[in-house]
Amino acid sequence: MTDIEPDDTVDARGAACPGPLMDLIGAIRGAESGDVLRLLSDNDQSLTDVPEWAEEAGNELLTVEERDDYTAFYVEKA
Amino acid sequence: MTEHVVIVGGGTGGTVLANDLADRLGAELDAGDVRVTLVNDNPDHVYKPVWLYVPFGQREPGDGRRRLGELVDDAVDLRVDRVTDIDTASQRLRFHGAASPIEYDYLVLATGSTLEPEQIPGLAEGGHDYYSESGATALRDELLEFTEGELVLSVMGTPHMCPAAPLEFVFMADDWFRERGLREDVDITYTYPIQRVHGNPHIAEWARPTMEERDIQVETFFNAESIDPETETITSMEGTELDYDLLVAIPPHGGIDLIEETGLGDDGWVDVDKHTLEAEAAENVYALGDTADTGVPNAGSVAHYQAGVVGQRLASEIRGRPATATYDGKTLCFIETGMDAASFVEFDYESPPSPAPPSEKLHWSKLAYNESYWLTARGLL
Repeated sequence: MTDIEPDDTVDARGAACPGPLMDLIGAIRGAESGDVLRLLSDNDQSLTDVPEWAEEAGNELLTVEERDDYTAFYVEKA
Repeated sequence: MTEHVVIVGGGTGGTVLANDLADRLGAELDAGDVRVTLVNDNPDHVYKPVWLYVPFGQREPGDGRRRLGELVDDAVDLRVDRVTDIDTASQRLRFHGAASPIEYDYLVLATGSTLEPEQIPGLAEGGHDYYSESGATALRDELLEFTEGELVLSVMGTPHMCPAAPLEFVFMADDWFRERGLREDVDITYTYPIQRVHGNPHIAEWARPTMEERDIQVETFFNAESIDPETETITSMEGTELDYDLLVAIPPHGGIDLIEETGLGDDGWVDVDKHTLEAEAAENVYALGDTADTGVPNAGSVAHYQAGVVGQRLASEIRGRPATATYDGKTLCFIETGMDAASFVEFDYESPPSPAPPSEKLHWSKLAYNESYWLTARGLL
């Protein structure tokens, strides 16, 4: 368990691809530099989509937490 | 006691459902046991797929517009009004102005998508679109004058209406400029927010090689951050900058604010059970079409099929029987691949799409369906 305190959480559980990534991008769009967003997704595609996009956009993927039935991604806006 | 079904939204989903219920519950409507009210904030029904053809001079916006009163069965009460408040606890709707509130036994939300260009600074001033009547006609005027330079089509967020339409536009533009001998002077670039050219990986896999063959440049992981209309540049959140001479955008979409205000879901999309289409946060409320957050495309075919499911479920509930009809994710879509050819996909929650080889026959099938759409709206096809 991480002790990172996110500034906002995007709960995209249940959303089909590319919904979770697009929800994260939407949240990052409205966030301030340095804000940490937590994305919750139960879509396996997010495991590759989110790290690839974070790298492409220069945002830092701080950590990924695997839970029983979903994954939490912590992304810091550059 | 009369059971009152209220449908909010007179687009494809709402209109097909109203006519479906008029047919399915004809006896109950005649006997006064059921009332069906369709509320729309405009007296017209608009068939949006026509707009794709407007910029190329092939259709007029009026081709996609008919009076709702001409399409909806006389057994349905048609009300041209704007709903301003939904109280799902007391099952009551309020309207703009001084109109009295009405109560419902069953509510169906089919309020559709709205464009939100204001989300991207500079977009309203610098971009064009074909996702509105005014946008399509303004783009037509620009396109007719456009003989050389950089044409950029940028998809600025998902979900958006008709996910195939951005691909269709660049394929048609490529063909249209070739036929007019201008293609060598026009560069076409297509941008998409994720790492492939379409949200559905099967359609993306099919489209990408065709784009390469047709010399359509691709920028993926491109999420427009701002547009500078002065310098004619578009900058992405990922740090890419593109010059354009003509920017065709798929603007960000949202549902209506009332959905979120009512606590039915975020961004104007209603959280639903994706099989029953029942709202998760309220009793006796359904959503369909773009409004229902099912993860399937925002497409007319989806609204059409979902309307049939909701119609069956409502009829069962009104007759005191268990509602068993469910939506399986069925989606059907023609995809124009030029001015004279089209592909076709059909898929559902379980079966992925497999695009058909493009052909002239499929192109004419698409055009023929667009002509016969009015039979769908009337509940006949």
